[in-house]
Amino acid sequence: MLRRTLLLGLCRGPLGRGLGTHRGGSILDRDGKMSEIKKKIQSILPGGDWNPLYDTSHLPPESSDVVIVGGGVLGLSVAYWLKKLEKPRGAIRVLVVERDHTYSRASTVLSVGGIRQQFSVPENVQLSLFSIDFLRNINEYLAVADDPPLDIQFNPSGYLLLASEKGAAIMENNVKVQRQEGAKVCLMSPEQLRNKFPWINTEGVALASYGMEHEGWFDPWCLLQGLRRKVQSMGVLFCHGEVTRFMSSSNLMKTASGEEVNLKRIHEVHVKIDQSLEYQPVECAIVINAAGAWSGQVAELAGIGKGPPGTLQGTKLPVELRKRYVYLWHCPQGPGLETPFVIDPSGTYFRREGLGHNYLGGCSPTEEEEPDPGNLEVDHDFFQDRVWPPLAQRVPAFETLKVRSAWAGYYDYNTFDQNGVVGPHPLVINMYFATGFSGHGLQQAPAVGRAVAEMVLEGHFQTINLSSFLFSRFYSGEKVQEHNII
Amino acid sequence: MAAPKASLHLVAPVWNGGTRGIGGLSRVVAPEGNQKKGRSLLQFLADRFYDVEALRDHLLRKRVSKVHQKNRFQGREWIRPNQRGHFSLDFLKLQAVPVEAVDASGCAINYQGLDSLLALKELQSLWLQRCPHVDDWCLSRLHPLASSLQELSLAGCPRVSERGLACLHHLWNLRRLDISDLPAVSSPGLTRILVEEMLPSCEVLGADWAQGLKLGPEEQPRDTAGPIPA
Repeated sequence: MLRRTLLLGLCRGPLGRGLGTHRGGSILDRDGKMSEIKKKIQSILPGGDWNPLYDTSHLPPESSDVVIVGGGVLGLSVAYWLKKLEKPRGAIRVLVVERDHTYSRASTVLSVGGIRQQFSVPENVQLSLFSIDFLRNINEYLAVADDPPLDIQFNPSGYLLLASEKGAAIMENNVKVQRQEGAKVCLMSPEQLRNKFPWINTEGVALASYGMEHEGWFDPWCLLQGLRRKVQSMGVLFCHGEVTRFMSSSNLMKTASGEEVNLKRIHEVHVKIDQSLEYQPVECAIVINAAGAWSGQVAELAGIGKGPPGTLQGTKLPVELRKRYVYLWHCPQGPGLETPFVIDPSGTYFRREGLGHNYLGGCSPTEEEEPDPGNLEVDHDFFQDRVWPPLAQRVPAFETLKVRSAWAGYYDYNTFDQNGVVGPHPLVINMYFATGFSGHGLQQAPAVGRAVAEMVLEGHFQTINLSSFLFSRFYSGEKVQEHNII
Repeated sequence: MAAPKASLHLVAPVWNGGTRGIGGLSRVVAPEGNQKKGRSLLQFLADRFYDVEALRDHLLRKRVSKVHQKNRFQGREWIRPNQRGHFSLDFLKLQAVPVEAVDASGCAINYQGLDSLLALKELQSLWLQRCPHVDDWCLSRLHPLASSLQELSLAGCPRVSERGLACLHHLWNLRRLDISDLPAVSSPGLTRILVEEMLPSCEVLGADWAQGLKLGPEEQPRDTAGPIPA
């Protein structure tokens, strides 16, 4: 009895004294924290709305330093590099929000899986060179204790780009740029092409560029699973849900020249749980938009593009869904084991798949014949009309082939200049982009992830300078046009 | 005591009259007819006593080293380390001599290590048998040797698969290619056909047709009597 009263007295004493003396104008109350603590205590006491028996394990955490919208290869790559480059270890809490945990519509896994350095923009060549280095040493980067090593099944067969008379000069220029950055590419004349690959019909081809090393194709699903496994072991949290809302606060600031600018900062992300009305407001410091083909919609949620057109507030993120078809066919007389990834001047491409004379290929449609991206249904007439004729013309053996299967996937197509968008938005200052790569996102994902992580942690690019890929180019109109897009 | 061992692969050397055999065995050596008996007696003893076996190996090695010392290369003696393990500086004079063949069998050479090999512009023969770190990425680096390389052996490399073999088509001068015993290749017979089609003027060894077929439990000729039902 005596003991209990003594204990009660001891317990209440400091608490009572604490609350009493810290009233009004003290260190604790400066940020309004005291009122928050009072609110929390009120909700815990009976009559409040906090129910301790309610299971919240399926919900994301209430706060997270970085929220990555999109769990594809780009989102996971950013998560990996954030955890790898952070100092000290364990300093940053990262949450990856992915609404499709089967990845049934993700561009990563539906991709043909090629990697090449034959681009026209030097930054793209550097990104691909680092990425191939990453893939070669993937078991050093993504090693997890007690798990088997990854085998991405890389085929080092190279890319063969063919150019007609019109494109020959551009191709020579491109090859010069690629060689300067360190890519191993060689130029071939039509005669050399016929000697090396006798199954090609070189009619209409003036020049060809052939990647000798560091180019080929691999299994994107393996890379995705490897990244997923590694980032989970590094402590990144995953949430199966959809981002429905951003709560942001605005700050009216004046630039040096006296102009008034409204800077926004996202402080909460509402994550809605799949097939439920429940949502969790996640407090965050930084949001990374790696939503792939749906990045435009996520950017609109954050208020990017809501303003009079022609101003910075009115500049939308020009990333759209574009549907692309891939066909798998069998041709027993087709090109042999040495077949590289061939890209025709007409835009049709194909590559070998496995040992059994199967080939994958397709073609990018022109602007007028863009299919409706509402679903992932395959149009087989597109193969008959647009893909097969140029293929059969280029490789006569393909006149007899049999289509075995086909699928469709989305490009996160950047309608402005078909190149990626990387870095923070000038007005919504804590949203960073890692999207818009228009079909070459998978092959540049490791390098782009590192660049975004450097931007977030250090404030500037350290290894590869991607300043020409910032969002502000959409407002200033400076196109970084990538010519070699397939 | 010494347990009976499986049949040894070492064949006892032919003992001429000039050598001094082991103790009482020298009597058995000279006549032709008795040589077989002598060999089997030596074998019998070596099977049962480790010491006899060790002595026989030592004598064999001495004879082999005598043979080596008699050979020459390019008109000179083999360059060997002296008693202290140092090489004489004579080989620095050979820097201008082109290297024609490299035997890196069993070496732990890897992707970066190939830098040294690719600098050899006159390399004609490269043996990379049983190299544990040679994989598809390494094979994609071999194209600078295309104008000179005529013989390549990849037998027994555990990491080489058919995807790496596809980039050997750069080596248009290749005349002999050994791709036997590659565990990472999924269908050896089919791969061999495709590689032969890819390199028409090259002789491809290994990867037999029958390799894809599964053999029954290994059947070896038994020389010791076992409980075989009559």
